[in-house]
Amino acid sequence: MNNSRRIVIQLLIASVAILFCSKLFYMQVIDDDYKSAAQNNVMKRFVSYPFRGMISDRNNHLMVYNDPVYDIKIVPKEFKNVDTAAFCQRFDIPHKDFDKLWKKARRYSWVKASTLKKQLTKEEFAEIESYLIDFPGVYVSPRTVRGYNYKSAANALGYIGEIPPRQLKKDTLKYYREGDYVGRSGLESYYEEYLRGQRGASYKMVNVRGVVKGSFQGGEYDTLSVPGKNLTSTIDLDLQAYAEKLMKGKVGSLVAIEPSTGEILAMVSAPDYDPGLLSGRLLGKNIGKLYGDSLKPLFNRPIMAAYPPGSIFKTLQALVALQEGVIRPGEKIYCDHKLIGDHAPIGLFDIQRAIKYSSNNFFVKVFKEVLNRGVDSNTFVDSRLGLDKWHSYMLRFGLGQRLGIDLPGEKKGYIPSSAFYDRYYGHNRWKASNIQSLAIGQGEVLVTPIQMANMGALLANRGYFYTPHLIKDVDGNGPLEKYTIKHETNIDPAYYDEVIKGMEQVVQGTATRAYIKDFPIAGKTGTVQNPHGPDHSVFMAFAPVEHPKIAVSVYVENAGWGGRAATAISGLVLEKYVRGHITRPWMEKYVLKGDFLY
Amino acid sequence: MEDQIQRKGRFLGNLDWLAVLLFFMLVFVGWLNIYAAVYNEEAHRSIFDLGLNSGKQLLWVGTTIVLVTGILAVDFKFFDSFAYVIYGVVMLTLVIVLIFGREVAGSKSWLEIGAFRLQPAEFAKFATALGVAKFLSSPSMKMDKLMTYVRAAMLILLPMALIVLQGDVGSAMVFLILVLAFYREGLTGLVLVIPTVIGAVSLLSLLYPVVAVTLGLLAVAVLIIAIGEKTKKRIAMVVVSLGFLCMVSVGVHYVVFNIFKPHQQGRVKAFIDPDGDPLGVGWNVTQAKIAIGSGGFWGKGFLHGTQTKFDFVPEQSTDFIFCTIGEEHGWVGSAGVVLLFALFMFRLIFLAERQKSRFVRVYGYCVVSIIFFHWFVNVGMTIGLFPVIGIPLPLVSYGGSSLWAFTMLIFIFIKLDAHRMQMMAR
Repeated sequence: MNNSRRIVIQLLIASVAILFCSKLFYMQVIDDDYKSAAQNNVMKRFVSYPFRGMISDRNNHLMVYNDPVYDIKIVPKEFKNVDTAAFCQRFDIPHKDFDKLWKKARRYSWVKASTLKKQLTKEEFAEIESYLIDFPGVYVSPRTVRGYNYKSAANALGYIGEIPPRQLKKDTLKYYREGDYVGRSGLESYYEEYLRGQRGASYKMVNVRGVVKGSFQGGEYDTLSVPGKNLTSTIDLDLQAYAEKLMKGKVGSLVAIEPSTGEILAMVSAPDYDPGLLSGRLLGKNIGKLYGDSLKPLFNRPIMAAYPPGSIFKTLQALVALQEGVIRPGEKIYCDHKLIGDHAPIGLFDIQRAIKYSSNNFFVKVFKEVLNRGVDSNTFVDSRLGLDKWHSYMLRFGLGQRLGIDLPGEKKGYIPSSAFYDRYYGHNRWKASNIQSLAIGQGEVLVTPIQMANMGALLANRGYFYTPHLIKDVDGNGPLEKYTIKHETNIDPAYYDEVIKGMEQVVQGTATRAYIKDFPIAGKTGTVQNPHGPDHSVFMAFAPVEHPKIAVSVYVENAGWGGRAATAISGLVLEKYVRGHITRPWMEKYVLKGDFLY
Repeated sequence: MEDQIQRKGRFLGNLDWLAVLLFFMLVFVGWLNIYAAVYNEEAHRSIFDLGLNSGKQLLWVGTTIVLVTGILAVDFKFFDSFAYVIYGVVMLTLVIVLIFGREVAGSKSWLEIGAFRLQPAEFAKFATALGVAKFLSSPSMKMDKLMTYVRAAMLILLPMALIVLQGDVGSAMVFLILVLAFYREGLTGLVLVIPTVIGAVSLLSLLYPVVAVTLGLLAVAVLIIAIGEKTKKRIAMVVVSLGFLCMVSVGVHYVVFNIFKPHQQGRVKAFIDPDGDPLGVGWNVTQAKIAIGSGGFWGKGFLHGTQTKFDFVPEQSTDFIFCTIGEEHGWVGSAGVVLLFALFMFRLIFLAERQKSRFVRVYGYCVVSIIFFHWFVNVGMTIGLFPVIGIPLPLVSYGGSSLWAFTMLIFIFIKLDAHRMQMMAR
């Protein structure tokens, strides 16, 4: 009997041994999960964040740089025997907040670091640095945020912020991780891939607290980080700041372009904001405020707002009429006020005089002739063919489509096509007279301020333009390739001279606020009817007339007749840029005093 | 020649060298892995470095050899004659530790003598084994009577109670396994069957709703009644058992979820569902399994493990030393150590069975039972087959008290076995 009991005990031991061996075999040989779990445990990918590229203006004034900030982190397990009251006092954390943060950190992990306080500035960090040693389990991780030397060009520069979940999902290359900073608007967003540089990664073996214990496989898979590329902007900071000063207290936009290159010298969206408001810790607090502002400071008007161009559109209409041969330079036609209401006197007008007095009837007349060339005996069909041709001219001027500026969110504006009117009136149920207000920049046509400035540039160039852009140099390699391509309008340069002569007379005659002695400016005013309040004021100009250096468009909402705000501002900006100083301080005072906010 | 044998016989007797070899193999395995468990590649510290656990353990091993020599030098009759004295002295130290003990990690089980720290609970094992063996070997004992064992159980319950009072429930539970020795001597096999059934029912009640377990038991009871002969006595037995097991089921559930302290509940929960809270109570089990599971067939190689030395596995030198073995030496190493233990226990059973003296046999089975319990619970908890109970892997885990206690436990038996021809049969 006792022998069998001995066997029972031996069987018990043997079966436990077999149970252990088979369970071990399953865990160690069959199931691979433990191996990957072990690797996940010890292998930690350390990302070294490169410095984001910096941005300077065309004269090498540093506009955007990187500012070091410090995150305070805590490892609950190591945070022992600590006088929390002293800790809260030293690190300036309200006791209540600390309790909350502590609970959150413990919930997240007992052994891994949680962020306690984000983005301390250099100065704030210096204050607490020496206390760190007194508090075990408290760590600091440095990072950088954007710093700004000037309060200018916020909307053009844009801001960086944590990557939004939607973008993270779209990131198929899996470059980004949650919490990474990316350009969220403006140049920061458009040039993200250049600015961000290349993150380095090193694979390290860590212990349970994340303390590095050595490199993984001798650092075989490690890569170094590559700093982001620096950008040189086309913006002239002096001009930009001056333009912003002039646009203060107004709603609208100002765009100045160097015609020979398409480089944007200044781009103002008024009202705007201090770019520093959206940097680092302040971002969350301020962005809501800016979004809530009824004057929409985050709305980048130069590229996002589309307005009826008003009378500045007539310059292009003149070019089309000349190119189409419906009128010759110097040819006069009689205009009364029968077709459309008009500020111009009744009488004989040639192209130059029509531009000078902004004759509505003249331009409606030639527009109708452009449309109705008698190609088809049916007026409706003829108008349709005419509009198609007209439409293609407008596209050549860069209208009705995105110019392709290096900013996200550019609007196309709108140039109505025959298809549009077919939908509106019905097929072959409209003709030139139905759509004649296009000739004077009213009606369905919409143009963005950047397109208006580009009009000025192509007029200044007598027939071509380069796509307006804000970055003239990416890390020593010049601008993006698309900005070196010349866009021809294929209109006889002689016709440009004709229009420009008219525009010179505008400044000498009707838009006298832009008139400057010994400083030849060509410009065109516009007043855009606004059903909601005072008319919008617009001016498009370039200077000097021969060898132009700058083309500008100014659009001031609700500022009334074109001669007022927009013209005055343009004149000041043109002179400031070309001469380097202004000769009419009274005009500056006038602009600064004027309040056009509604 | 005759004289030589006589002298040799007096000191070493017929020492079982195989058992001694297995003993030192386990100690050696332990020492190597204690070094590996916290090995730091960059520090370049020697395995003999006294600042390291491995160095200290080597010191303990050295003292162990002195201890072994001492045990072998003592007259074999000493252990028989002084069994109760030894038992009494050790019980006294258990009481002393309750009064003067030093509290470490929640249990008051350490006695400090100068720089020395001892855990008397460890020594209670061999003392109790001696006491029980002495008690059962007295000629007046009737080995087929239940009362004999009930009285012997008192000798076991005393140290258990004292150790529970110290707050070390895990160590106290070890003593229960001595019923294995009782069983060998003639206690009914139900002592093995009943705890197994109760254990199974308890486990099921924790894993599944009590109602489901109760219904399942009912179904089994009906089945048993239906199949066998339907005598009144048998039916009554089944019904009583059913009632008892249902009470166990409800009771276990109640005790675990209403009476257990949060950390004890946590251990149970971690056992039932280690993935439920992998960063909290499930951490130990999860990380232990990861360490062992990542070892593969051949292991990562000596000193090339990562999980234990980077502190993912807590207590990696003591209670969780098996993780280092599993990680660095893979299935070959861990199964090897498991089998080494099995082999050792088989050898000790073989030794026990060849005794003429009941005292030595009972003592031998007590030794086997205690090793078995530690082995089963310790390895079981590291591979997730048993809840985490903080008891060491004999001879392998780091710790002087444990090593000394097991050395005494085992070598007293080896010494007694060496003199089996001289022992009086009773």
